[in-house]
Amino acid sequence: MNEQGKVDKSRRNLLIATSLAGGAASVGAAVPFVISMWPSERAKAAGAPVEAEIAALQPGELKVVEWRGKPVWVLRRTKEMLDSLKAGANRLTDPDSKYSEQPAYAKNEYRSAKPELMVMEGVCTHLGCSPQLKLADAKAEMGADWAGGFYCPCHGSKFDYAGRVFKGAPAPTNLKVPPYTFTSEIALLIGEDKEKKA
Amino acid sequence: MSARLAALWNWFDSRMPSVAEQWRLHASEYYAPKNFNFWYFFGSLAMLVLVIQIVSGIFLTMNYKPDAALAFGSVEYIMRDVPGGWILRYIHSTGASAFFIVVYLHMFRGMLYGSYKQPRELVWIFGVLIYLTLMGEAFFGYLLPWGQMSYWGAQVIVNLFGTVPFIGPDLSLWIRGDYVISDATLNRFFALHVIAFPLVLLGLVVAHILALHDVGSNNPDGVEIKKHKDANGHPLDGIPFHPYYTVKDMVGAVVFLAIFCFIMFFVPEVGGYFLEYNNFIPADPLKTPQHIAPVWYFTPYYSILRAVPPLFNSQFPGVLAMGVGTLILFFLPWLDRSPVKSIRYRGAYYKSALAVFVVVFLILGYLGTESTTVWGQFGFDAFFLDTKDIATWAARVCTVIYFAFFILMPWYTARDEVKPVPDRVTS
Repeated sequence: MNEQGKVDKSRRNLLIATSLAGGAASVGAAVPFVISMWPSERAKAAGAPVEAEIAALQPGELKVVEWRGKPVWVLRRTKEMLDSLKAGANRLTDPDSKYSEQPAYAKNEYRSAKPELMVMEGVCTHLGCSPQLKLADAKAEMGADWAGGFYCPCHGSKFDYAGRVFKGAPAPTNLKVPPYTFTSEIALLIGEDKEKKA
Repeated sequence: MSARLAALWNWFDSRMPSVAEQWRLHASEYYAPKNFNFWYFFGSLAMLVLVIQIVSGIFLTMNYKPDAALAFGSVEYIMRDVPGGWILRYIHSTGASAFFIVVYLHMFRGMLYGSYKQPRELVWIFGVLIYLTLMGEAFFGYLLPWGQMSYWGAQVIVNLFGTVPFIGPDLSLWIRGDYVISDATLNRFFALHVIAFPLVLLGLVVAHILALHDVGSNNPDGVEIKKHKDANGHPLDGIPFHPYYTVKDMVGAVVFLAIFCFIMFFVPEVGGYFLEYNNFIPADPLKTPQHIAPVWYFTPYYSILRAVPPLFNSQFPGVLAMGVGTLILFFLPWLDRSPVKSIRYRGAYYKSALAVFVVVFLILGYLGTESTTVWGQFGFDAFFLDTKDIATWAARVCTVIYFAFFILMPWYTARDEVKPVPDRVTS
């Protein structure tokens, strides 16, 4: 092969070429394994919008609706709840929801299409736990400065009644507002925009 | 009869001599330092727990169903209707915690006696890989009972990958195989838990032991026994692993199994630390339990994750801190600049640093099992107080100390006033 201490270049090139081709084939062979772990067609099909009845919802009452396997909250806010949103903007991470996700019609001070009706994904923007409603009278548990809102039990993030996150919590942005449409005075379609439907 | 047996052995040995050769290499003629103490039980105990987990796991799969609709019920079925099923399940759940207890003590032994230092860096690196694989294995296994803690624990951990800049959301979608934790996730975690990760674990254990036996074991004095050999080339301070340490390790195994059985039969839940109460409630994707915490062996890192505030509108810094907190272990052999290995000959700097590290690790572990309001709130307000929860601030201080232990190590170990190391082992 190489008796005079010389490299047989044609054999070496053949080795390099076959190694590269073999390596590329091995990478190619990994593709079916990797792509088999993406969501299946069945999983992708299961994202249809859901309808929620809101006629019986009392002021201060929270209703949880399942949409795409996630909890969506519908809360009919009382006047005290709405008033609590005006104070303490300096304690919020993103008071004007500049860095948070919401449809254009919910990009306002109440983060909702109708002020009294809050529609919010009940999924913490930190790592996906579902926060819990903590009313203003939960001061013993939540601290003396608590004016009501939501508390994430996983990593301690706190949100106000518009899903805006308080500073000092690990959640980086406000809770997401899903797209929704009022199909009538008493019913709500979660997961679909008016604009898209038209 | 014995002549026949000897003939049979000769027949076997002449056809496959490597069996006897490996036995000599790794047991009967593997010379280990004669001064091993209590801390040297945990390596063999870790192997014992590995065997216990594999055997009990195989029998659990015979009745478990990896299906979101059936999983929770099948675990209850194992507990109530399968003969001996409750023993199998408690063996496996106690074994999971026992594995981490043993591995943490084994790692601490390495830090006490500088077992990661030259020439044993690879032994340490394989060990850290085993630790990380074990964390993955425990995490996948924890989803399988499909209880509330299974579900929400998986939700949080998979979302950790979602915080990685740019590729995060796609990465977490790929891991879950669905837009939420679902049947697809449960099914693949089952595959990873029962076959993929155990195979990796076994391979790493073999590599860990081969690397150890190539360089030889360290000892409580941190001296190299290979420097002084007798006429046969055996270390003067070494004794054959078999029978000396096999017999010694059996004593350790008996004590360990006695404690293990006590927990398994009398307090399998260990007050909610080994088996969390919320996991006896079936998974509910719409409701996170009131009080949620990972199993105890993850809580120090969970505390670090929770303590770091978001930066630049991203929660990635906390995730990064947690990840770096585990990965920094890989660099220990190079961070430690001390000329001596064992704590016996180290100076006050390293001794106090290690003591503070242990305390901080335990505090982080404790805080991780509690809510952030466990120590109440500060009674005053100040511009820098983004949160008034005392426990969050305590966890922040501990996180800083945790990292300082590693990052400042090159500095304080190089300046430490060490004692002279003896030439031979002392006891």
